[in-house]
Amino acid sequence: MNEIIRYSATELAAKLRAGEITSVAAVQAHLDRIAEVDGGERGIHAFLHVNGEEALAVAAEVDAIRAAGGADAEALHPFAGVPIAIKDLIVTKGQPTTAASKMLEGWMSPYDATVITKIRAAKLPMLGKTNLDEFAMGSSTEHSAYGLTRNPWDLDRIPGGSGGGSAAAVAAFEAPLALGTDTGGSIRQPGAVTGTVGVKPTYGGVSRYGAIAMASSLDQIGPVTRTVLDSAYLHELIGGHDPADSTSLNEPVPALVEAAELGASGDMTGVRVGVIKELQGEGYEAGVQERFDESLEALRAAGAEIVEVSCPNFKYALGAYYLIMPSEVSSNLAKFDGVRFGTRVLPEEGPLTIERVMGATRAAGFGDEVKRRIILGTYALSAGYYDAYYGSAQKVRTLIQRDFDAAFELADVLISPTSPTVAFELGSKTGDPLAMYLNDVATIPANMAGVPGITVPGGLSEGLPVGIQFLAPVREDARLYRAGAALEKLLEDKWGGHLIDQAPELSAATTGGVA
Amino acid sequence: MSAISREDVAHLAHLAHIEMSDAELDKMTGELGVIVEAIASVSEVASADVPATTHPIALFNVFREDVVGPTLTAEEALLNAPDSVDTRFRVPAILDGE
Amino acid sequence: MASHIDELVDFDVALEKYDPVLGFEVHVELNTKTKMFSSAPNVFGDTPNTNVTPVCLGLPGVLPVVNKTAVEYAILIGLALNCKIAERCGFARKNYFYPDTPKNFQTSQYDDPIAYDGWLDIELEDGEVFRVEIERAHMEEDAGKLTHMGGATGRIQGADYSLVDYNRSGVPLVEIVTKTIEGAGKRAPELAKAYVAAIREIVKSLDVSDAKMERGNVRCDANVSLMLKGAEKFGTRTETKNVNSLRAVEHAVRFEIERHAAVLNSGAAIVQETRHWHEDTRTTTSGRPKSDADDYRYFPEPDLVPVITTPEWIEELRARLPEPPAARRKRLQAEWGYSDAEFRDVVNAGVTEAIEETIAAGTTAAVARKWWMGEIARLAKNSDVETLDLGVTPATIVELNSLIESKKINDKIARQVLEFVVAGEGTPTEVVEKRSLAVVNDDSALGVAIDAAMEAMPDVVAKVKAGKLQAIGALMGPVMKATRGQADAGRVRELVLEKLGIEG
Repeated sequence: MNEIIRYSATELAAKLRAGEITSVAAVQAHLDRIAEVDGGERGIHAFLHVNGEEALAVAAEVDAIRAAGGADAEALHPFAGVPIAIKDLIVTKGQPTTAASKMLEGWMSPYDATVITKIRAAKLPMLGKTNLDEFAMGSSTEHSAYGLTRNPWDLDRIPGGSGGGSAAAVAAFEAPLALGTDTGGSIRQPGAVTGTVGVKPTYGGVSRYGAIAMASSLDQIGPVTRTVLDSAYLHELIGGHDPADSTSLNEPVPALVEAAELGASGDMTGVRVGVIKELQGEGYEAGVQERFDESLEALRAAGAEIVEVSCPNFKYALGAYYLIMPSEVSSNLAKFDGVRFGTRVLPEEGPLTIERVMGATRAAGFGDEVKRRIILGTYALSAGYYDAYYGSAQKVRTLIQRDFDAAFELADVLISPTSPTVAFELGSKTGDPLAMYLNDVATIPANMAGVPGITVPGGLSEGLPVGIQFLAPVREDARLYRAGAALEKLLEDKWGGHLIDQAPELSAATTGGVA
Repeated sequence: MSAISREDVAHLAHLAHIEMSDAELDKMTGELGVIVEAIASVSEVASADVPATTHPIALFNVFREDVVGPTLTAEEALLNAPDSVDTRFRVPAILDGE
Repeated sequence: MASHIDELVDFDVALEKYDPVLGFEVHVELNTKTKMFSSAPNVFGDTPNTNVTPVCLGLPGVLPVVNKTAVEYAILIGLALNCKIAERCGFARKNYFYPDTPKNFQTSQYDDPIAYDGWLDIELEDGEVFRVEIERAHMEEDAGKLTHMGGATGRIQGADYSLVDYNRSGVPLVEIVTKTIEGAGKRAPELAKAYVAAIREIVKSLDVSDAKMERGNVRCDANVSLMLKGAEKFGTRTETKNVNSLRAVEHAVRFEIERHAAVLNSGAAIVQETRHWHEDTRTTTSGRPKSDADDYRYFPEPDLVPVITTPEWIEELRARLPEPPAARRKRLQAEWGYSDAEFRDVVNAGVTEAIEETIAAGTTAAVARKWWMGEIARLAKNSDVETLDLGVTPATIVELNSLIESKKINDKIARQVLEFVVAGEGTPTEVVEKRSLAVVNDDSALGVAIDAAMEAMPDVVAKVKAGKLQAIGALMGPVMKATRGQADAGRVRELVLEKLGIEG
C-alpha cells in the first residue's frame, strides 16, 4: 500500500506544503487505491463516479502555484491539494449527480453547491462522487439504485447509511476527506460502523444550497474523515454564512481547529459530560455498551465530570422524525417528475397525458424506500391527518428541544453510543423497514433540535467498530471538537494508534479489483 | 389514529403521482400499517399547550435585496430536458384528448 | 355545455328572485426587478427560459431567498387596502402537480397572510359608495407559462402537447381576497368591474405593479353564488378563473348570475367547480370540479424563515403611500375647476397625469385640457395610437403656449407646429425657426412692407386719412403677401395708424 494514502489530511497537507509530496502524487495514489479496491466483484464500491482527470488537473495547478512560490502560494488554503470525495447528493458542475437514484441517471447540474464552490476556491481536488441510499433515505446504503457499498472492516457488512460511500471511502483509504449529509444520522452512523469520524454541524452552520433536499428542516452537510482534527479543518472550510440559504446562520464559523488542538492534549478537567439515560441500555448491543462504558471511564480519568441526564421525550423522537422527515420528503421530491430534467418514462398503455407520464416516471424512477417515505409523508400532511401527525410531530420537536435545554444546564456536552449496533450483515434488514429505522434512534434527536453531533471511534466489538457520539448545544460545535479530540487521544494512547489501523488489509486480491 | 387502508394508499399514491400495481399497493399497505402503528405515540404526547417547532433554529427576516443576479442561458436551462422545442420544454398533453 | 346558453335566465328576471353573492381573488404581479425567491430578472416578453436561475427551474438542491422589496410592496398594498399588517407571518407550501409549477408546489402564505382585515370603498357610476371588505392579501409566486400546441383551438382541450416557459416562474404575486360581498343586487356586475378597476388603480398608483391586465399583471378570479331573496344560507358558488379585462369581469359575473338562475330554476343544483371564461362567446364553461385532488397538504415552508414586521418598518412604508386614487381625483377636479363631465372625459382619456404635469410645468388648467383633449387627442386618433403614446411632453405644451402668448405664433400655426413636433422635427421653437413660421412682428420688416403698400395704394391711404379706418383692410393683402402670411394683422393696423398719425 502506498503510504501516502495512510496519512491523515492534516499530515498530508503538511507534507504538500513542505514540498515532500506533490498534490499530483497524492491524488494519483488515491486514484490507484480506488482502482485497486473500489471496483471489483467484492469491491468497496464507495464511488459512483471517479473524477480523475479534473482532480489531477487541480492537483497540478496547486503544485505549480506552490512551485512558483510567492504571494499566490502563501494565499493557498492549508488543505490545498488534499483530495476529497463528495457524497453524490451534493450537486457539482462537470460531474454527474445522481442522488443514487435512477431518476437522475445522467443528470448534469448546471450549478455548483455552495460547499463545492468553497472546495474549488480552496483547490481541493475532487476525487469523485460517493454512493448513498437513494436520496439519502436509508441506514445501510443498500437502497442505492447503483448497487451497494461494502464495509471495509467486513465486506459482507453494511457501511451504514445513507452516507455509506463517503464513510467507506475514508475508511478504505480511498480518500482522506469526504463530504456527507446528515438528516437523521447519515454522517454519524456510517462513521460509527466504519471506525471513522463524522460531524453533523449545528443546523445552519453549513450552507445547504446545492445539497439535494431530503428533509429541509433536518438536513446538514458535514465532514467525514479519519481524525477529529481533519474534520475540524474541513468543517471550517465548508462552514459559514451563505446568502443563498435562508436558514444559514449569519455568524462566523467557531474556532474548531483550535478546539480540536486543545482537546488533543487529552485533558478534560472541568468538562461536564452528560450521559443520556435514554440512549443506552435496552436495544443497545452489549459490545457497544461495553465500549461506551470504557469511554466514560477514560474521560473520567482525564478529569471530566460525568453526570447523568434524562431526556424523557427522546423516546418519541424516532416517531416524530418518521412523520416530519417523510412529510418534507413528499414535497421536496415532487420536483422529480420528468418535465425539466432527469428520466422521463412513458406509460405502457392508455392515453399519453402529462399526469400519467409523471406517474409512470415516478413509479420507475424511485425505489421502494423512497416511495414508502413519499406515501407516508403524503399521508401525514393530508387533510384530516395533519394535526394528529405532522402537527403533533412538530410539538414533539419542541419537547425534544426542551429536553436538550435542560440537559445542557447540567452538562457541557452530552454523550451516547452513536449507533445501537455494530455493522450488520448485508441484506439482513432490507425486508424490515422498521428495524432499519431503529439504527438512527441515537442520532435523530440532534437533527430534530438542530444541535451539532460528532462520532468518534470507540473501539471494537467482535472485530467491528463502535462509535461514540458527543452532542453540544446549538452554535457550540467547538465543544464537540474539544471532547471528540480528547477521547480520540485517550483511546488511541490505549490502542497504540488509530483504530482504523486494526482494519483488515484490503487489496485487489480481496476485492477483485485492479492490482 | 385510524388504520391505513388499501384505498387510502391508492389515494395517496394518486396524490403523490406514483403509479402502483395492485401487488405494490398491497405490500405498501402492510408496511405503512406497521410504521404508522409504531409512530402513533407521537400524537399522544403532544398536548395542546405545546407550541410547534417548524425550524430547529429560530431565525427571521432573512431577505435578499432586489438586485438582478446571474441567470442560466437557455442552453443551460434545457441541458437536461427530456424533451424540448426551441427554447421551451415540451410536455405531453395536459388533458386526456377529447 | 353550450346548451346552458339557451337556458339563461334574463338578468333582471334573475335578480327579482335571487340575491347574488360575490367574492374576488385578484392576483397582482409585482414589478420588482427580480423574482420572489430568486435573483432572476422579472421581465415580460423575453426569449423563453432565459430569465431563469436554477431556483426558477426547481432544479435539485436549490433554495429560495425572499425578495425584501416584494415584501415591502405587499405591505404597501395591505396598507392601501386599509388592512392590518401581521406582526409575524410565514410562508407555506401548497402541494400540487402541474408542469408550469417547477417544484410541484407553490410557495405561498397559508394561514398567516402578511395583510388581513381591510376594506376598500368602491364608487359606483351613480356616485354611491360600496364598501368591499378585504379578507387578506398574501404573498406568493407565479407559475411558468404553458402554451398548448396542436388541436384546433390552442386551448388545453384537444392539445397534442404543451410547451413550457419558466421566465414567469417565481414572479412575485400578491393575492387579494375579499370577504363575501352581499347586497350588490343588480349592480353586482358593475361592482365587480369597479372593484377590479380600483385594485388596478391602487397598485398602479403605488407603483408596485405595471397593472396591465392584457399582460396578466392583474388577474381576477370571480366567485358567484345566488341565494333566494330572504334566504339565510349562501348558495353553492362557482369560481370563474382568469378573467383578464375589466369588461370581461363585468360580463362574467353577469353571465354566471344568469346561468345560476337558470340552473336553480330548473330544480338542479349548482356544481361547485372552477369555470373558464371565453371572451369570444362571452360565456363560461365547466372546468374541473372540486375534488379530493385539491388536498394541497399545506405545511410551513422549512426553507424560509418567518417575516416579522416592526411598527417602525410599517410606518416608514406608510409614509411612502401616495394619496389614494379616489381622493386624489376629487382634489384635482376641484383644483382644476373642471366640470364633472370634463373631468370624467379627462380620466377616461387617461391623461390626468399628463395634465397634472403640464400644469406643474407652467400652464393653466384650461390650457392643459385644451391641448390634451383637443389637438393632441385628434392627432392620436388620426394616427390610431393612444394619446400618451404620441410622445407629446408637458414641456412641448408649455413651450407652444408661451410662443402663442408672446405672439410669436398664433393658434392656427401652433397646431401646425405641434404636428411637426410629433413628426420629430424638433422642439416647437426649433420647428418655428426651421420652417420660418414666426408671426412677423419685427416692426422694421413690417414697416418696409407697409410703406411699400401705402406707396402703391395712395387712394386707400387717402380714405383712411379721411377717417374710413376699415379701408386699412385693403392694405392687408399686399403686406401679407410681402411677409408670406406671417404678419400679425393687429400689428399691421397699429403701424398704419401710427404712420398716419391717427389715434387707433
